[in-house]
Amino acid sequence: MEKLLNEEVSKQVTEYLAPMQKSVKMVLFTDGDECQTCKETKMLLTEVSALNEKISLDIKDIKDNEDLASQYGIEMFPSFVMLDEEGTYKGVKFNGIPAGHEINSFLSALMDMSGIDFGFDKAIGNRLDKLDRKVNIKVFITLSCPHCPGAVSNAHRLAMSHPMIESEMVEAQTFGELSQKYNVSGVPKIIIDDTHELVGNQPIEEYLKTLEALN
Amino acid sequence: MFDISVDKKQESNVFNTQTHFEMIIVGAGPAGLNAALYAKRKGIDVAVFSLDVGGQLHNTSQVDNYLGIMDVLGGDLSKKFEAHCESLGVPIKTGHQVESIIRLRNGNFEITLDNEFKYTSVALIYTLGGAPRTLQVPGEDAYANKGVSYCTTCDAPFFKDQHVVVAGGGNSAAEAVIDLAAWAKKITVVHRSQWRADQIILDQFKNVPNLEIFLETQILEVLGETMMTGLRVLDKKTNTERIIKADGLFVEIGNIPKSQLVKELVDLNEQGEVIVNERQETSLEGLYAAGDVTTQIDKQIIISAAEGAKAALAATNYINHKK
Repeated sequence: MEKLLNEEVSKQVTEYLAPMQKSVKMVLFTDGDECQTCKETKMLLTEVSALNEKISLDIKDIKDNEDLASQYGIEMFPSFVMLDEEGTYKGVKFNGIPAGHEINSFLSALMDMSGIDFGFDKAIGNRLDKLDRKVNIKVFITLSCPHCPGAVSNAHRLAMSHPMIESEMVEAQTFGELSQKYNVSGVPKIIIDDTHELVGNQPIEEYLKTLEALN
Repeated sequence: MFDISVDKKQESNVFNTQTHFEMIIVGAGPAGLNAALYAKRKGIDVAVFSLDVGGQLHNTSQVDNYLGIMDVLGGDLSKKFEAHCESLGVPIKTGHQVESIIRLRNGNFEITLDNEFKYTSVALIYTLGGAPRTLQVPGEDAYANKGVSYCTTCDAPFFKDQHVVVAGGGNSAAEAVIDLAAWAKKITVVHRSQWRADQIILDQFKNVPNLEIFLETQILEVLGETMMTGLRVLDKKTNTERIIKADGLFVEIGNIPKSQLVKELVDLNEQGEVIVNERQETSLEGLYAAGDVTTQIDKQIIISAAEGAKAALAATNYINHKK
């Protein structure tokens, strides 16, 4: 089968990922190859992980790995988490294939998780430290949306910055039912803690204000 | 469906070591990038700051009216512009929004990003473009992203086999019809006056099945329950109101200028556009503006790019005189 990344794109990705600092492990959960985009997600992650030796990939079929999936809160397929060098889950999850424009949030997450400084000021850390409970952020996207990767990256960076935050990209077409549940018909749509919503590629400040309103 | 489009690039590390530039450009659409290109070629120490690269080019699917570049996707044209700037080593800071612009006592400008980082410059070119104009009718806010959309390329997939309305009569609206034809089972255009779109785009409508067009028709209200269910419209020719049942509404009626960061610094017109002269100078010395955020009438990619070039040349003169 033809690759998802052509030669030119592979070169771009290789160049972009070259400065990765520490190892990153991706754990992908699928329900065989039959689930929508599972096969393609497996291909994409396999192809990207082959472009940098610091990236490793573990592919798990849910049938044999329910306990591990539950540990990472995996509720749909395909879904993958990124773990840092120590194997710690820092709340960074992708539900569905991060292809199309969304490849950009995927690449950002790999770089960020590897330890590249993503430029959060100390003041942001101080504001996040006031969070006193676990918070889930879902960012609904479509693969044709150029504004979505920014929203996903911001959410993932918040998750990497604070242990109480989990951030999930949700590819809206693959997970139509979940999209309907949250009345998603425009993206990026950001659902914070199931109760608060933001629309558009919001700057970090808007995320912070919403998180602060939860306390 | 999976068309991989890599925008990520290694960012210049100049932003970690340098906080002052001769010229700062805020915005990285056609105006900002062309300004950067012209400034860099003049030997100016320039840097670009923008949440993302490409600006409104990303809301456009096909571009076929930029001289010399035929039938290109908006996103791909943006990449060409960016690659040209990169070939000259223009540093572009993305991923962070500029939160404020102030003039310092020494005449320099200072910008603050959303991560609190600050950078200063002798001259500043403001090219933040526009945001989608809204209809300002009842129900529009309530059903925003619950049927009402302002980005066809982003949201068209949600309306597979559904009936959608496109509001507007310019090129953006006509292109939205073409884009939506791949998804929607029926498309209705509602526009309060006559078509302003290029005939060459309208000619493509013959390939769009189930298209109905209501000109001289005004949208009065967006109707719905949990999600949008239709529109109340006024047929201006007969002065009668009626309901159009529809699952989605794509609003393509132009843009409002994103001039909020400079509204306390420079003169704006009634529409909120930055007033510029033929050299792209604003009312504040050293601050230039270009592209859709300015008072120029025709909001076109090539015109924005040209304004960017003019602004860069004028700002270069300003910087050189200050040396």
